[in-house]
Amino acid sequence: MSQTTAARGFDHYFVPEPSTYPLFGSVALLLFGAGAALWLNDVPSGPWIFLAGVAVLIYMLFGWFGQVVRESESGRYGWRVGKSFRWSMGWFIFSEVMFFAAFFGALFYARVLSVPWLASGDNEALLWQGFSSAWPTAGPYTPSGAEAFTPMGAWGIPAINTLILLTSGATLTWAHHGLRAERRGQLKLGLLLTIALGLVFLGLQIYEYGHAYAELNLRLDSGIYGTTFYLLTGFHGLHVTVGVIMLTVMLGRALAGHFSPQRHFGFEAAAWYWHFVDVVWLILFVVVYLL
Amino acid sequence: MAAVTHDQIQAHHPGPTGLMRWLTTTNHKDIGTLYMIFSFIMFLSGGVMALTIRAELFQPGLQVVQPEFFNQLTTMHGLVMVFGAIMPAFVGFANWMIPLMIGASDMAFARMNNWSFWLLPPAAILLLGSFFVPGGASAAGWTLYAPLSVQMGMGMDMAIFAIHIMGISSIMGAINIVVTVLNMRAPGMTLMKMPMFCWTWLITAYLLIAVMPVLAGAVTMILTDRHFGTSFFNAAGGGDPVMYQHIFWFFGHPEVYIMILPAFGIVSHIIPAFARKPLFGYASMVYATASIAILSFAVWAHHMFATGMPAAGQLFFMYATMLIAVPTGVKVFNWVATMWRGAMSFETPMLWATGFIFVFTIGGFTGLICAIAPIDIQVQDTYYVVAHFHYVLVAGSLFALFAAAYYWLPKWTGRMPSERLGKLHFWCSMVFFNITFFPMHFLGLAGMPRRIPDYALQFADFNAMASVGAFGFGLSQLIFIAVVLKCARGSGERAAARAWEGAEGLEWTVPSPAPHHTFEEAPVVK
Repeated sequence: MSQTTAARGFDHYFVPEPSTYPLFGSVALLLFGAGAALWLNDVPSGPWIFLAGVAVLIYMLFGWFGQVVRESESGRYGWRVGKSFRWSMGWFIFSEVMFFAAFFGALFYARVLSVPWLASGDNEALLWQGFSSAWPTAGPYTPSGAEAFTPMGAWGIPAINTLILLTSGATLTWAHHGLRAERRGQLKLGLLLTIALGLVFLGLQIYEYGHAYAELNLRLDSGIYGTTFYLLTGFHGLHVTVGVIMLTVMLGRALAGHFSPQRHFGFEAAAWYWHFVDVVWLILFVVVYLL
Repeated sequence: MAAVTHDQIQAHHPGPTGLMRWLTTTNHKDIGTLYMIFSFIMFLSGGVMALTIRAELFQPGLQVVQPEFFNQLTTMHGLVMVFGAIMPAFVGFANWMIPLMIGASDMAFARMNNWSFWLLPPAAILLLGSFFVPGGASAAGWTLYAPLSVQMGMGMDMAIFAIHIMGISSIMGAINIVVTVLNMRAPGMTLMKMPMFCWTWLITAYLLIAVMPVLAGAVTMILTDRHFGTSFFNAAGGGDPVMYQHIFWFFGHPEVYIMILPAFGIVSHIIPAFARKPLFGYASMVYATASIAILSFAVWAHHMFATGMPAAGQLFFMYATMLIAVPTGVKVFNWVATMWRGAMSFETPMLWATGFIFVFTIGGFTGLICAIAPIDIQVQDTYYVVAHFHYVLVAGSLFALFAAAYYWLPKWTGRMPSERLGKLHFWCSMVFFNITFFPMHFLGLAGMPRRIPDYALQFADFNAMASVGAFGFGLSQLIFIAVVLKCARGSGERAAARAWEGAEGLEWTVPSPAPHHTFEEAPVVK
């Protein structure tokens, strides 16, 4: 029977030995959650517990991914493990899409439904007289200091950032071609360029936030516009940061001589993630900045 | 070759022992057991909360708890039962049974599988620990509606982070299950030959991956509204508290099916086994499951008929909801048609499965009644709704879980569960369940609101009845502990590999109890 199954390509599926890394991960998230809850409620020990959680998490991520890389490089993963990895990364990105969908949905709901409702009928007549539904809005009532803000224009930094991310998608694909054609120099240069573009994007984004706070009076508490603007661009920026970290690890692995033209799932996963972050930005550019 | 050598080594050195074995295990059977023990502990914790609620409601007036603590109890009872008991229990069954059913050596990601489980105790610590912080646990109801959830104390933050951690656990677990089912099936096991439990879990896992991130988004919005001055759910800033309900129920309705589809899968195994006939309409079962899952994304606002929405919206959500009765009806029809002219016998698993069909279907019918917008506006937030969802969650999900536990206990422990105790457990549960929850229909129709610790005198008799039933139901569950302990301690009749005469499937081809490692060489399915 084993011959039949082996002949059909059913190799022995790799099952890892017992591991302590998940345990570290669980302790990390417990400290993370408890610390954050304490910190948000001004308990002095909160930040320290939170930071301890972050430290354990970093240790866990280094250890766990390091082990996966070593197992992969020692050839213990057959083609079916590779297929599992591909499926799982696809589904993980789908879960991320749904996370962003919640926030895009909130923006849609505010713009199409709740703000017009506030500015019409009984709401306008009895509660918020004179409130108009023009977008962007900070809502009918905002605490002092946040009343007047200038919305973020689309054709300055955001347009440049769009170009940067699109270019980074191209450089990453160029790196991938280099990897497949065994042009290692092209792989490394492409990755380096992509990481650099990602960092420039993040730098510009931070600059834009500073500009918004200092000069536009556009803040997190600037009503529903500030809310959706910062949460959408903020979560996107967080994902770009994660993407840059992933690509940096891939660059390190490329420099260490990892990956072959046929087998380089780590690189592919990082690339898929990067393209996903790209697409989110394009939607974000249209619905947050342009419309 | 390296992998082969490694597994040979593992066979001789079974790895860490004692507590470390359970903390570090990568074995799907160990992890499945952990999930089930955890979920049963959470079931008892949530049950104690429910009994405290019923003790308070035994008589009108305030006797046992303060109203604010009562609100914390209803909130935490819901959160603990949904996220701590029902969901992890089904994931436990998935872990134990899916690799055995599809002929896989383990789950696709065995190490991540361990993390999916071990994230649950930290989440439970945060959730239950919130009772002991200043201000107590969250009292906003398990749905955590804004603006109430925006205003509460630190317990609310702990609940939010607990939900984040449970969400991470669920998403990883679901990805693991999808990949295992899609990529680890033995040669010859095409998708349409796959056991129904694997099909229902594949679709459930898809729902989990699609909606758990949406819940994460919703509670993150609450968190930023609470602490960072955002206005998602604040009308003064242009937001809308009703928006929270939309986002929450976009998660919440598929979540309902996450908790029932695996139950459908379980019942679809047990009824053919004890009717000694193949499942009637296998393909239509698969399509019905998929239809229910797809429709679940288009019905969420039926939870919100009373919050105000355009008539077109009410009509759409009303009709879309009633449409779900069609695939669900297909399923119930198929189960009954499977029994038709079968050589039936009623061992404990079959009793639970048959009981499931009766009581779950009552819950399904009251669901249809609630789906009708004009009626729903009358019964919204009354005990009628409480009765409805306990008929589908207790008599649906929980009864199916018990059916599954009795059905597969021989495979896990190598011992047949005691028929005498099992039947006693079933009949006590069935009778007390109905004593508890059937009167709630009358209470709801008469207008008794839910989530209130006190009530008008005319509701007293039915409430006293429900409380007596609840304590009876709670105590009945102790019988189950006795059954499981007896099997686990190795007393009782030895189980054959095929423990039940009519049982079909790969899991019955391995010895009972199942060895620590099974199907290291994939079997060939004809």
